Amino acid sequence: MTAWIQRILVAGLLALSGLSAVQAAEPPKRIVSLLPSLTESVCALGACDRLIATDRWSNWPRSVQALPKVGGLDDAQVERIVALKPDLVLAAESSRAVERLRSLGLTVRTLEARSHGEVRDALQRLAAWLGRPDEAPRLWQHIEADLNAAAARVPAHWRGRTVYFEADDAPYAAGPTSFIGETLGRLGLRNVVSAALGPFPKLNPEFILRAQPDLVMARTRALSAMPRRPGWGRLEALRRRHICSFDEERYDPMVRPGPRMGEAALAVADCLSTLGTP
Amino acid sequence: MTTSSQIPPPGSVPRRLGWTLALVIGLAALAGLCAGPDGWSLGVLTGPDSDQALILHDIRLPRALGTALAGALFGLSGALAQGLFRNPLADPFLLGSASGASLGVVMVLAAPPLLGPAAAAGWLGELGLVGGAFVGALAGVSLTLLLSRGAEHSTRLLLAGVVVGVVLGAVNDLITLMAPDALRGRQAFGLGSTSFFGWTSVALLALSLSLTLPLAWRFARVLDALSLGEDSATSLGLDLPRLRAALVGILALATGAAVAQAGLIAFVGLVCPHLVRRFAHGAHGFVLLASAGMGAALLLVADLAARTLIAPQELPVGVLTAVLGGFYLLGLMHRRGVS
Repeated sequence: MTAWIQRILVAGLLALSGLSAVQAAEPPKRIVSLLPSLTESVCALGACDRLIATDRWSNWPRSVQALPKVGGLDDAQVERIVALKPDLVLAAESSRAVERLRSLGLTVRTLEARSHGEVRDALQRLAAWLGRPDEAPRLWQHIEADLNAAAARVPAHWRGRTVYFEADDAPYAAGPTSFIGETLGRLGLRNVVSAALGPFPKLNPEFILRAQPDLVMARTRALSAMPRRPGWGRLEALRRRHICSFDEERYDPMVRPGPRMGEAALAVADCLSTLGTP
Repeated sequence: MTTSSQIPPPGSVPRRLGWTLALVIGLAALAGLCAGPDGWSLGVLTGPDSDQALILHDIRLPRALGTALAGALFGLSGALAQGLFRNPLADPFLLGSASGASLGVVMVLAAPPLLGPAAAAGWLGELGLVGGAFVGALAGVSLTLLLSRGAEHSTRLLLAGVVVGVVLGAVNDLITLMAPDALRGRQAFGLGSTSFFGWTSVALLALSLSLTLPLAWRFARVLDALSLGEDSATSLGLDLPRLRAALVGILALATGAAVAQAGLIAFVGLVCPHLVRRFAHGAHGFVLLASAGMGAALLLVADLAARTLIAPQELPVGVLTAVLGGFYLLGLMHRRGVS
């Protein structure tokens, strides 16, 4: 009888030690990121050296440009990723690549942030996975500090003015519930789009004409073509050059929900301080 | 309905085409096992390395098999559609399966942002992208059958298919407008891909081909009779509405399974029967089988090209088949126009 109890105890102890070994597993050392915002987050959390490959759109920080590119989220190159032997693959939910990579036995974790709060949570979870949980609050403080500094830099005459941020020239606007909209709100700007329309509503071009925003923001290419859109030549903001245009390099941080949101806010504030009075 | 007269005699042109296709399929599949992102290597076939074994066994092998099976299903569907509608431009996607499948994918993708995470984790989430596409394809064809009140008139069936395609496409656009997140997945599905085939995909594709190919072979005589015209077919004592409905069912199953796994791979279904007829003429039984073989060969070769042309990057295989198939069809039309 005692032999049985002994055996059960030993088995239990073995199981427990096995369990704790799993819990105290080494943080991942070989990471593949399939989303630019996640690539940026990994680097901002100080684990850039653990990235071994990224998707084709990841371009910041500059060091990741030298890493192998393994396709995009929806056409990820399964075989190359497996051959690189990553111990963690970072991706967004509902992509077929995620299912496939998981079925091949890889650890795939998904994160997608749509608002400031979600970015903060995502950074927290990512930092925990990376074994650097203290880095996330520090990084978030940094982002917050940049957001506050940007808000303080906005000239008083621009506070409370209306803004139209074009996320795509279809046109889709960045609404106040999107992370871009939240940043603009922090800078004291009012969105021409109401929150009820959702984060990235598709608009009738007429809507913008009627709304006559005080400010128009978009990527340089879209903004330079705006006056040629039917009727948009009569937009006051365009005529008076109350515009913030962002070239590709400065546009990326604007539209990526990641560690560079503070930088994006500062860029907007800088633009506002160069504009004349409304 | 099947007799030995459907099997071509030894040494005939159709026989030779069959052997050639088998050879091409075998070689292309073998090449597919050796083609990696770092160029060609025979090492994977012999190396004892466990990672190489994993890559060979779990990635390249199911990919080669799945590509052949999906190609065969597309080829078979194309031959079925063209025989059924007695139209050389008929496409397996005609009856609403493509738009239905695309809508299924978008609904699965748009569920989390539109209906909240609860719905996404519910039955739509259970279905997954592949399941969504399959159910969508079958639903699209069912809707077409419903609108055309059965398969009695082929013109009505075709028109209903066009209407269903346009309407489901519009619903799809509407959902994508409300949930732009789904756009990415929809686009990927529309391009078609063979790179996510695993053993589950292979099993499902094999199951579907083993169901549809013998059935299609069995109904081949109906297509032969149909090629004489509907009146002649009826005068031969065939119950056309029911037989046609059965053929539509086979077509839907074959297309749905292939589309669910591989996405909207363009032109393979349309081009295969033409390629077969270019080399050899025969009854529909032969055309159906040879088109399936042609589809397998064509998709395997296209997949090989997609993997190696810009290696280590990869092209979506659907883009390649669309370009190649498009030019082939243009050439065919040009030649016919000249003669």
